[in-house]
Amino acid sequence: MLKDDNRKKLIDKMMKDHNYEESSLLEILHKAQETYGYLDKSLLTYISNSLNLPPSHVFGVATFYSYFKMRAPGEHVVTGCLGTACYVKEVDDIMTAIEKEFKLKRGSSTPDGKLSLFITRCIGACAMAPNIIVDEEVIGKVTKEIAIEKIRLALAGGGKA
Amino acid sequence: MKLDDLQKVAEHELDFQRAYKYRINVCCSSGCVPFGALKVLKAFEDAVKEYGVEKECKVARTGCVGTCSVGPAVVIEPGDYLYQSVTPEKVREIVRDHVVLGLPAKNMLYQSEAFFKKQHRLVLRNAGKIDPSRIEDYIGMGGYSAIVKCLATMTPQGVIYEVRTSGLRGRGGAGFPTGQKWALVARSHSTPKYIVANLDEGDPGVFANRTLAEADPHAILEGLLIAAYAVGAEKGYIYIRAEYPLAIQTLQKAIAQARAAGLLGENVLEMGFKFDVELRFGAGAFVAGEETAILASVEGRRAMPRPRPPYPANSGLWGKPTLIQNVETLANIPLIIQNGGAWFARIGTARCSGTKCFSLTGKINNPGLIEVPMGITLREVVFEIGGGIPDGRAFKAVLVGGPSGGCLPETLLDLPIDYDSLTKAGAIMGSGGIVVIDDRSCMVDTAKFFTDFCVEESCGKCVPCRAGLPKIREVYEGIIKGEGKPEDITTLDRSGNYIRDASLCGLGQTAPNPVLTTLRYFRDEYMEHITDKKCRAGKCFRDLPKEEAE
Repeated sequence: MLKDDNRKKLIDKMMKDHNYEESSLLEILHKAQETYGYLDKSLLTYISNSLNLPPSHVFGVATFYSYFKMRAPGEHVVTGCLGTACYVKEVDDIMTAIEKEFKLKRGSSTPDGKLSLFITRCIGACAMAPNIIVDEEVIGKVTKEIAIEKIRLALAGGGKA
Repeated sequence: MKLDDLQKVAEHELDFQRAYKYRINVCCSSGCVPFGALKVLKAFEDAVKEYGVEKECKVARTGCVGTCSVGPAVVIEPGDYLYQSVTPEKVREIVRDHVVLGLPAKNMLYQSEAFFKKQHRLVLRNAGKIDPSRIEDYIGMGGYSAIVKCLATMTPQGVIYEVRTSGLRGRGGAGFPTGQKWALVARSHSTPKYIVANLDEGDPGVFANRTLAEADPHAILEGLLIAAYAVGAEKGYIYIRAEYPLAIQTLQKAIAQARAAGLLGENVLEMGFKFDVELRFGAGAFVAGEETAILASVEGRRAMPRPRPPYPANSGLWGKPTLIQNVETLANIPLIIQNGGAWFARIGTARCSGTKCFSLTGKINNPGLIEVPMGITLREVVFEIGGGIPDGRAFKAVLVGGPSGGCLPETLLDLPIDYDSLTKAGAIMGSGGIVVIDDRSCMVDTAKFFTDFCVEESCGKCVPCRAGLPKIREVYEGIIKGEGKPEDITTLDRSGNYIRDASLCGLGQTAPNPVLTTLRYFRDEYMEHITDKKCRAGKCFRDLPKEEAE
């Protein structure tokens, strides 16, 4: 069951504004992720009930698009850009170095939930390639050393940077 | 707002701008902001006050000038002096030398004049020059005069005639003649009609549409208005990537301003024409660039393509006639109306008129956003505008058209850039990505990289794409592990051709392009991998024990 709080009220209002139309599903999912940070099972079930859509349809749409996250991200999030320009500039080596240093694989989080490592397909800062994003901060022309240093700093800083 | 008011706003804006001797344009687009552009903007505002020159100096927050690798970039007018890699610390010196003493600080100026020399800026006409958050800036540059011209003096048929005469072709990649598309939608009797502007830009390595939206959002809106008038649409959607927060913010503000000014809404410019625009957010699906897939996504479903016919011109959004157009195409429209289709047709080549924006990236000295006339050669783009390959390395290939484009070798550098020549060479125009590769990259690994991308992005609807691409990937994995067999080449070639010919939509039809072009132009590298277990770039076989890899 979804907890009855302000976040739920936001989603309710959005669905009402859209007149519970089927075509508003993507908009609702965007809002839900923005509000909750990710889309979990109870949230998706709630949306499918409210819009009167089969859960399979709602889960299908949510998992089709890579932008929607189905799991809670870690406290700190590192995203490596795997766009073509960054690939050509060997971002893969940097990602491997991060994986080794912090003992996690791309697409997952450390067991303590402190750090998540994701990949994205191009953030559009190609002229500054290779790029990684550490807690919303884009770091261009990045090297292995800079990347590890930045992540260490973020982790040492405690809460969200 | 009425017609005369627009004129008044334009005149007032020009008077306002003329009151300043200098205009300092600070690029605050997504390329420059991560590197401190907003701090630089603030530093300029403080510095002009400190030196007491705020009455003769207008500091403006603008969009992208294109030199994204040396950001934050600042342009001081008049004279278009481009300062590169500006930091807040350098700002006082620039204001003191350039404005107070009248001596441009030469040591900080952008040196690669060649970067701009061969460019021809139509779509990006206002990029880096106007403040995208002020509708007055756009109106001052003659903005919204084209929609006025349409409403006051032209019939919808007349507008379509001009667009046809211009020879403009869709900039989303496929190159369908724009005027013809408009005529099809206009001819459809069913109502209401819709327009969808595509700003999803799913190609990794491409940022031209984002830059346009961040630098000149009103040009997109005006293009939409004109298109709507021509085809008889009442409602438009701009489908934009959710990963582009600044572009979304800029467009939202522009739409609100246009509504407040009476340029969007029930009665545009009080001339009895109704049109409004809404944003719709994409969510990271490459296939959503396909026209029937984008419709499914706007309707809130999975972005999966469907067979055509029926074509969207007859049965699009909610079964109604729908015009789907890339935003770059739309941004050309106001110019065509102002200057006439014949004027536009003279730019570029006979079969491909106008210009094209390209995101120029990879191993190149001057990466950034460029706009060049159609028909320019790849050599001019790579070696003149792009300034060649850095670190004294050798050119190896250029990837044109994104992950489903082609890898073209040095022998094809004199190929003119237009839809037909690129397709003939095995590449595509795509949404305009040019990635330069030097001798440190392995072509087999590169082809595998693109195949990985297309495997992930395949929507899974039709078999050739869903099952064929993973098969190709398996072959690559074998080759890279040192298990390549001579017949692998045939397998790749045959599967590639099969997927190209049998897939339902553009994604599957173009996904094998990197495979087929690398096989065609770089076959010797494949042979080295398969027979000698050797990778000349040193990328593959890394996990193997040393003696085996040698």
